[in-house]
Amino acid sequence: MEISQIATIASKEFWDRIRNRWVLAVALVFTAFALVIAYFGAAQQGAVGFKSIDVTIASLVSLVIYLIPLIALILGFDAIVGERERGSLDLLLSMPITRLELLLGKYFGLAGALTFSTIAGFGLVAIVLSSQLDINALFHYFGFMLSSVLLGCAFLSLAVMLSVFASDRTRASGLAIAMWFFFVLVFDLLLLGALVATGGQWGGEIFPYLLLANPADVFRILNIFSLDDVRTLYGLTTVFPPALANPWLLGLVMFAWIAAPLGIATWRFRQ
Amino acid sequence: MADISTMQTETGAAVIAAHGVHKHYGPIHAVDGVDLDIRAGELFGLIGHNGAGKSTMFKMMLGLIPATAGEIRIDGARVSGGNFRAVRRTIGYLPENVVLYDNLTGLETLHFFSRLKGASPAECAPALERVGLAHAAKRRVREYSKGMRQRLGFAQALLGKPRILFLDEPTTGLDPEAIRSFYAILRQLRSEGVTMVITSHILAEIQERVDRLAIMTAGKIQACGTVQALREQMDLPLWFTVRVAREDFEAVRTALGHLPVGAIEAHDDHVAVQCRREVKMAVIEALATLGGRVRDLTVREPSLEDVFFGFSD
Repeated sequence: MEISQIATIASKEFWDRIRNRWVLAVALVFTAFALVIAYFGAAQQGAVGFKSIDVTIASLVSLVIYLIPLIALILGFDAIVGERERGSLDLLLSMPITRLELLLGKYFGLAGALTFSTIAGFGLVAIVLSSQLDINALFHYFGFMLSSVLLGCAFLSLAVMLSVFASDRTRASGLAIAMWFFFVLVFDLLLLGALVATGGQWGGEIFPYLLLANPADVFRILNIFSLDDVRTLYGLTTVFPPALANPWLLGLVMFAWIAAPLGIATWRFRQ
Repeated sequence: MADISTMQTETGAAVIAAHGVHKHYGPIHAVDGVDLDIRAGELFGLIGHNGAGKSTMFKMMLGLIPATAGEIRIDGARVSGGNFRAVRRTIGYLPENVVLYDNLTGLETLHFFSRLKGASPAECAPALERVGLAHAAKRRVREYSKGMRQRLGFAQALLGKPRILFLDEPTTGLDPEAIRSFYAILRQLRSEGVTMVITSHILAEIQERVDRLAIMTAGKIQACGTVQALREQMDLPLWFTVRVAREDFEAVRTALGHLPVGAIEAHDDHVAVQCRREVKMAVIEALATLGGRVRDLTVREPSLEDVFFGFSD
């Protein structure tokens, strides 16, 4: 594997997103939402202004869990199928580059753009709030930013996998939306439904492990378990055994969610 | 296996060798037992109807898709094997309907491909100049006309000083002047020993320019050789156009009457007659007996189009 080939593709993908202001737009969206949530998150309780980092992160988690998967899926769904449909894939593959290098280059370039906009967007808020945050709060906030990046990378990996399997961009976009619905909206409902329908008899023991089968839930657990104030507010994650809530273990699971779809995509792309 | 980067191919030796190549998509035989040897320094044409298997053959020669059976070697090495990087660095490819990146400038496009090819970035500006795009180097590709995009695609194919060029319908969208410049570059490349494989639907355009060509139909090579050899192999008739005064038409008929020629067609100011190649000199001798009554004489060889339809039908 030649790193320079991966870097060439990744660099192009990254700078394409900088040039077309995609990174700027997404960063501004994150900044705007984060600021609004930080200052008005406690409005329902009759107060405005920054109150606590735990409440802010908990509110941001609720936002990010919808927003970042959607942005990542939109970003990556046509990574390969788009090149194929436009007719530029054959030219790229006629170069001295392997399919794995092309796929990784695409992924790393897009992941770089997503990471940059996430860190820039939420980082700006951290700077604005820095005077009101102690070291511990900053640590939690950076943990939230890091897990947001991992969440984005996991869904981007799924999107790139879709883009390899899909025969055209229309199907790829449909699959991406279906995937967002499944992981972000339907998955938890299914689990909860199964649990309620069986009166808690079915799946009680494997329930926490089933949550690991959804990167959005892994992200939620990663953040909520680090916040004592709000852990109890979350229904599903309270059933999660603390032993499984080790941030390193959950981080590893997130990396598995990044690596596995990329592995499957590589296998399919080589067929 | 020999090191491709240092290997020198003897002029006339097969630099692209395809043997028993098949490509099947389920029941469809896109390529069906192709044997082809393309020599070093040759400008080789590959012609056929749409769906004849040319593009599939191209993609297999480039290593983009694997053959179902058989083998293709470039300079003795498998293009998709372990040595593929070295092989690919010797290849330039201009796809049909080249699609480049609209958001990049012409120069940035070449920089991107030069990095992928491992070519020097210093080659990019001269490559643009060579295809007549120096003036548009800093313009975004989205502002390029179809012909300019095609020329940029060609410049891309020239990066890394390839020893083998695959050109799929390379003159699509080019105006006559650009077509002439394009073939001038090909002539120059041929003099430098570059091997070129070209497809085109404009048969008249390539018939005088290729060294040899292969006619593909239904996934098979129907014929392969020089245009002249294919004409002779097809044994298509020659056409004589004899310009004479209307009152001398009968004299022409009489002069040719004893020869095995086709029907003699009378037109306003000339007669047209077709004959087999072996009768050509006898026809000329017979017409010479008419002396000054023959005002002009044209002999038309079968065109590549005639040959193509002869083989493909």
